[in-house]
Amino acid sequence: MDRLLFGDNQFFGINHMSEEKARAQSMRFQDTQAIMEVLDIAYDEGIRTFMCTTHDRVSQICDVVRANPGRYRDFIFYPCMPYAHKYANAVTDHGMVGAVTHFMPDDGLMKTMLSGGKALASKDVEGIVKILIDVEMKMFAGLDTPVIFLQNVFTDLLLGMGFNRAFRIFHDHVRQKYGAEPGYITMNMPMLLDVLEEQGIENPVICSNINKIGFRMAGGLERYLEVLRTRKLQAIAMSVYASGAIPAEEAISWIGDLPNVQSIVFGASSGGNIRNTRDLVQTHMGPVTAPGVA
Amino acid sequence: MQDKIKIAVVGLGKMGLSHFSMVRAHPNAETIACDATGFLVDVLSKNIPGLTVHRKYDRLLETEDLDAVVIATPSRMHDTMVRAALERDIHVFCEKPFCLDWRTAEALADLAEARGLVNQVGYHYRYVGAFQHMKKLLEAGAIGRVTHVQAEAYGPVVLRENKKSWRNQKSEGGGCLYDYAAHPLNLLNWFFGAPTEVSGSVLSSIFSRDTDDAVLSTLQFGAVPAQLSVNWSDESHRKMSTKITMIGTNGRLYADRQECQLFLREVPETLSGYEKGWTVKYTTELTEDPWFYLRGEEYSNQLDGFIQAVRAKRGAAEENDFRSAALTDKSIAMILEDNARSPQAAAAPAPSPAQAGRKRSWFGRA
Repeated sequence: MDRLLFGDNQFFGINHMSEEKARAQSMRFQDTQAIMEVLDIAYDEGIRTFMCTTHDRVSQICDVVRANPGRYRDFIFYPCMPYAHKYANAVTDHGMVGAVTHFMPDDGLMKTMLSGGKALASKDVEGIVKILIDVEMKMFAGLDTPVIFLQNVFTDLLLGMGFNRAFRIFHDHVRQKYGAEPGYITMNMPMLLDVLEEQGIENPVICSNINKIGFRMAGGLERYLEVLRTRKLQAIAMSVYASGAIPAEEAISWIGDLPNVQSIVFGASSGGNIRNTRDLVQTHMGPVTAPGVA
Repeated sequence: MQDKIKIAVVGLGKMGLSHFSMVRAHPNAETIACDATGFLVDVLSKNIPGLTVHRKYDRLLETEDLDAVVIATPSRMHDTMVRAALERDIHVFCEKPFCLDWRTAEALADLAEARGLVNQVGYHYRYVGAFQHMKKLLEAGAIGRVTHVQAEAYGPVVLRENKKSWRNQKSEGGGCLYDYAAHPLNLLNWFFGAPTEVSGSVLSSIFSRDTDDAVLSTLQFGAVPAQLSVNWSDESHRKMSTKITMIGTNGRLYADRQECQLFLREVPETLSGYEKGWTVKYTTELTEDPWFYLRGEEYSNQLDGFIQAVRAKRGAAEENDFRSAALTDKSIAMILEDNARSPQAAAAPAPSPAQAGRKRSWFGRA
């Protein structure tokens, strides 16, 4: 994994600080070209990994990258699935089972089985999960996706319920079908690591908030630091600036001193901010791309 | 204090499933699930080791020695399910809106209070740091005499016709007023108490055939006038956005889930650490991390408040008790009555009794 990953919240009107700012961003990035301009700046500054939700509009970005293999030779996608709102809205529209059916490929068998309202055996849950992953991955066909993530709302919903087997199913399918490394986004990192280890998933890629003020680090800052010091995982830090509550230099130098943090994922909308974060990461954590790669 | 309480989450729909996840992750809860749909019951019981899942609520109450229940079924069912639990001396957390008839809500509040049971309703906005901060500033008299209030909520729930969800059926407790407007209204009740007068209410259907998708109303809280503006057919919002604005003789106060903005003309003696002009506080500094985070601190923290009150045998909720939710139910009724008096309501068809009485499975509900 590269040291610095580029996130997508800013493109889709997600801002944890201000609704007004979120709206301004969603106006600015309404056109995919506006997103590409920012991605181009990041790519040209050496930040080649785009960690993105499987939002409908990401498929347009995939199309652009696919159509210009020369320009985007080293461009890497880290898909994060599923796009939660898509499913939440479908549940409101079609009910729980209807929502699952809605996203199934229209090839008869699964639809028939589900619409019959028949109880699903555990084996079938595995089948459903695999199909849903494949549906989400369709937009990335032919593109480089070395790490594939489960979004935090799903990770944490399953984690809380104790539906731990789902993590293993996700892990195995991502490895077997896509030859990729499974990753997990969570707001409850210490709790998740225990469960993943119990499922026999070693040294997992876990992306969680890691910031100096402990913002949205459920389980507590101390516990996170202890896990980073003593356990085996490949941690990705998100929300390192805690939505702007921590000054940039202070935030990055603090992360740079932590053990086990492999990468930082950040979002920015301007060349100035992109370069600023890249320079800080270079100063405190070393080169932004993984060694040995172009 | 009891180390672990035995708690059942009843109704695993959109809210219920996330309640179930949060409660089950709670270190002081031993959690059971109850849902009438075959699909979820089977999937959960087959995949979650050691989980007990019931299909029948009556059986759940009979066979399990429960300390508490979380009721997240469609609103129409709240009344009988809550009563059944209270009569067995089981503490109750119930989803909002509480009851479709405020007199029922009052009766349930009476019953819970008489039995000394913890009773709480899921108005989670009272657990949002920015709104808590707003209340603190209001009570400290920050903006002087309040002269103007606006309470708003917008979001993308009903964007087309022909949906089968119970949320779109008035008889089931669906509709924008019950489901959406209840939130900002509940905040107004929290800040200003009971409305003394309601006027100018307009409930409009946009896409729903049976019920309202938008609400406008003017509420008088004694000398404080407030306007309520709610629309759940607004796709420009990614998810529900609730905001309150207040203008007073000494400034302006605004809050939403992310931030609380205060404008002061003069700094009152009751407030220290504030300056003349703008002071903005963000969720990053107004929020305490819960034990487990799923979809917002407020959802976790309200359940934690409930569980801790039950464990400590406090006999009452720290926030959002039935009595306060009954007040919101009553405020909803005042808006409905006012709307019924208006000329445009006479033209709209009333929900048919056949619908109200129709037996529904829990299967297709959201």
